Amino acid sequence: MVIFRIVEMTSRAVGTSWPAELAAVLGPDSVITDPARLRTYECDGLTGYRVVPAAVALPRSTEEVAAAVGVCARHGISFVARGAGTGLSGGALPVADGIVISLQRLRRILHVDPVNLRAVVEPGVTNLDISRAAASHGLYYAPDPSSQQVCTIGGNVAENSGGAHCLKYGFTVNHVLAAEVVLADGTVTTLGGQSQHLPGFDLLGAFVGSEGTLGIVTQVTVRLLAKPAQVRTMVADFATVAAAGDAVTAIVAAGIVPAAVEMLDNLAIQAVGASTRSVYTADTAAALVVELDGPPDDVAELFDDVQRICRDQGSTKIMVAADAEERALIWQGRKAAFAAVGRISPNYFVQDGVVPRGRLAEVLGRIAAMADEAGIRVANVFHAGDGNLHPLVLYSEADGEHDRAERLSTEIAELCVELGGSLSGEHGIGADKACSMPRMFGEDDLATMLRLREAFDPAGLCNPGKVFPTPRLCGERPGPYRPHPLETAGVIERL
Amino acid sequence: MTERTSFDSHRPPSRELLDDCVHCGFCLPTCPTYVINGEEMDSPRGRIYLMDLAERGEIPLDRTMSAHIDSCLGCLACVPACPSGVRYDLLIEAVRPQIERHVPRTRIDRLVRRAVFAVFPHPARLRVAAVAGLLYRRLGLAASLRRLGVVRRLPAQVRAAEELLPPVRFRSLFGRMDAVVPAVGERRMRVALLEGCAQRVLFGDVNAATARVLAAEGCEVVVPREQQCCGALSMHAGREDEAARRARRLIDTFERHEVDAVVVNVAGCGSSMKEYGELLRDDPAYADRAARFAASVRDVSEVLAQLPPRAERHRIDARIAYHDACHLGNAQGIRQQPRDLLRSVPGVEVTDIPEASICCGSAGIYNLVQPDAAEELGRRKAAAIESTAPDVVATANAGCLLQVRRFLTTDVTLVHPIQVVDAAIRGVPLGEERR
Repeated sequence: MVIFRIVEMTSRAVGTSWPAELAAVLGPDSVITDPARLRTYECDGLTGYRVVPAAVALPRSTEEVAAAVGVCARHGISFVARGAGTGLSGGALPVADGIVISLQRLRRILHVDPVNLRAVVEPGVTNLDISRAAASHGLYYAPDPSSQQVCTIGGNVAENSGGAHCLKYGFTVNHVLAAEVVLADGTVTTLGGQSQHLPGFDLLGAFVGSEGTLGIVTQVTVRLLAKPAQVRTMVADFATVAAAGDAVTAIVAAGIVPAAVEMLDNLAIQAVGASTRSVYTADTAAALVVELDGPPDDVAELFDDVQRICRDQGSTKIMVAADAEERALIWQGRKAAFAAVGRISPNYFVQDGVVPRGRLAEVLGRIAAMADEAGIRVANVFHAGDGNLHPLVLYSEADGEHDRAERLSTEIAELCVELGGSLSGEHGIGADKACSMPRMFGEDDLATMLRLREAFDPAGLCNPGKVFPTPRLCGERPGPYRPHPLETAGVIERL
Repeated sequence: MTERTSFDSHRPPSRELLDDCVHCGFCLPTCPTYVINGEEMDSPRGRIYLMDLAERGEIPLDRTMSAHIDSCLGCLACVPACPSGVRYDLLIEAVRPQIERHVPRTRIDRLVRRAVFAVFPHPARLRVAAVAGLLYRRLGLAASLRRLGVVRRLPAQVRAAEELLPPVRFRSLFGRMDAVVPAVGERRMRVALLEGCAQRVLFGDVNAATARVLAAEGCEVVVPREQQCCGALSMHAGREDEAARRARRLIDTFERHEVDAVVVNVAGCGSSMKEYGELLRDDPAYADRAARFAASVRDVSEVLAQLPPRAERHRIDARIAYHDACHLGNAQGIRQQPRDLLRSVPGVEVTDIPEASICCGSAGIYNLVQPDAAEELGRRKAAAIESTAPDVVATANAGCLLQVRRFLTTDVTLVHPIQVVDAAIRGVPLGEERR
């Protein structure tokens, strides 16, 4: 079985002299091998999976990244690139005996070119800092993951990150012109180029969204857009989640392409209300955030149309942001929603599935029914405009709800595939959903993907164990950290 | 609850507070040490992770742990940034005393800390040190020692102290405040003023300005004579017993005066005094009194925000960069009031500083015990301030004033916001208001 080859590659014995070699090329201050310190790198934004790496390298330049990867290649050591560690699919989960290469010291904005509308940045620059650097020219970087103030462009490239405004503007892949990358053997190369259209295979397109399995990006040339002349934002309340879902369908069916259409259900609104200066109606069943941008006349006309459609679909209240500050409050609440759920539930899973937009109301109804049956609460906050759901499955580890919640979460993802959608809209497959890949892809599909991967990384050192199902990963039941009974009894201990 | 925790049983960080962290990382870009070195262990998320592991007994309290707890400035920028409402302030304050009790410090670190706490909270001793420092400068010793390269060879901590000494005057070192400053016109409030320990020696001018403005706005100002250090420096350094002792004494002193509010003009002192209830919660004799006292503490800008301006302000044409002291903005949520106070003066233009949420590196005694990180942060802050081309920099904390002054490269007037209002009320030029 071709798909299982990667695992054999990673279990190769680790040589002894590599830590010294790593320290020699990066400097001792840039290599972490202390067991306690390593523990802080054992997971990313998805804490359910934890693996302690053998070392963490913190290079400061492309050359140092290449040198670190070179050491890995010579010694046959697996490596995992890590940005801000905000990923929600375990994409930056370390490999045991492997190295984590942190890109948090490559944080320079090298060039902002307002004439050609592009910027060249290092991978550790946060998504929002690109827009901040471009702001004085009236420009911005369009893709806006909810974690944009934290997550880095390197991780965005790896995951092909989306965000609220990708409905109109497209995903990361539509905004990256070129990437300097370090391949698995330590060579540095550039994919893409300065023009939008290049002849030949779209290797940059293959690289974006490869979840760190093809190499490490060390420099990114991104497209900048002129800030829209006008932006208008509203929050429309609905008495039922289904009515809000129908309103989304109606808006898009009317030929309107909003900059963003987001939905929050009541549980999500409660969470947001507990954390920020909330502008959302506390007791509404569902709220849609609709934003339009563009030339003022067009925006004014379409904004009226959207309000009319929402009212026709039974909206109970429409709040229009009066100024930039109110708009910021709307978005602040929406973008902090995942983490805010921590205030209403001790534990939760973040799901990330996609359904065809026309089936939004249907899928939300079925999720609610499944949640009722399982006796588990599910909060919904998501990119409604492109059908990208983020059901948050709330549970209490202490009350023993974990297994039921996990089952429900997986069933929801599978329901999305069943309805003609996808396992993941933007968070990636990572470690979390690798085992579900065969539900969406046939064996031939996966084998073809692996051949592409092997063309870049024949030895399988680059973020192994992610994206593709492996017997070790899928034989064991994944889930949040649970102490082994012997650990609880104090017989064994975990380092 | 596991019995294998690495913390002792005296007020360890609670499991509930640790569990609030969902590992989202929203705190990372607000953390000064993470901004500098990009290491997970030197971020709030990483530090909470270490605390969590120690609470479970999976890692010991050792030099590794203390290195990352000590490197935290305690600026609390991560607290307002956290969408899950994690109380990092309570967590770090619970862990510092544990470190203090269980992890032996290096010799130099021990000496520096001992010296700092033997001098700073004691105005009489600090005055002696300041006089020695002034003589050292006035007599040209500073210049000659620098020329000889002696200063360069001193430990970084001592060098930091040498460079932080502000240009105070002998007269202001020994100035004394009146015990009661009567309200001008009809009395609107009666308040007690904290003089501070380092504050009264190094920034007596700020205290005098504070009393004058409060009086001009109708406050009778009581300055309790026997008051001592509030314990903020001790508290932020994990010296819990010392902080509690000082808190009790300060409560005793101020309780003797019947006032509407206890007014503070140092952000670090104010934030600690507002936490006395938490600090003394286990002391039956003081728990209630501490909570009551804490509830009466106000920053001077809070008090003035509640009193519509009565005293006329003369015009001051100045572009003022306002620097949010961490213990005012992050710890007390006071951001708008000082800006409004400055804007109450006609002609003043208040500008914000880029990267405003990143600490200047002062952070209590941080710039003395972690001089390298503090220096990098100080330079970064000074550059950010200078990028706004201000005439004046205003900040409401003694530590920030010292730290920013040390790294500014251009000639900018550095003041506490209250000094701007004071100058405007008295109609004197800013920066020359000393008498």
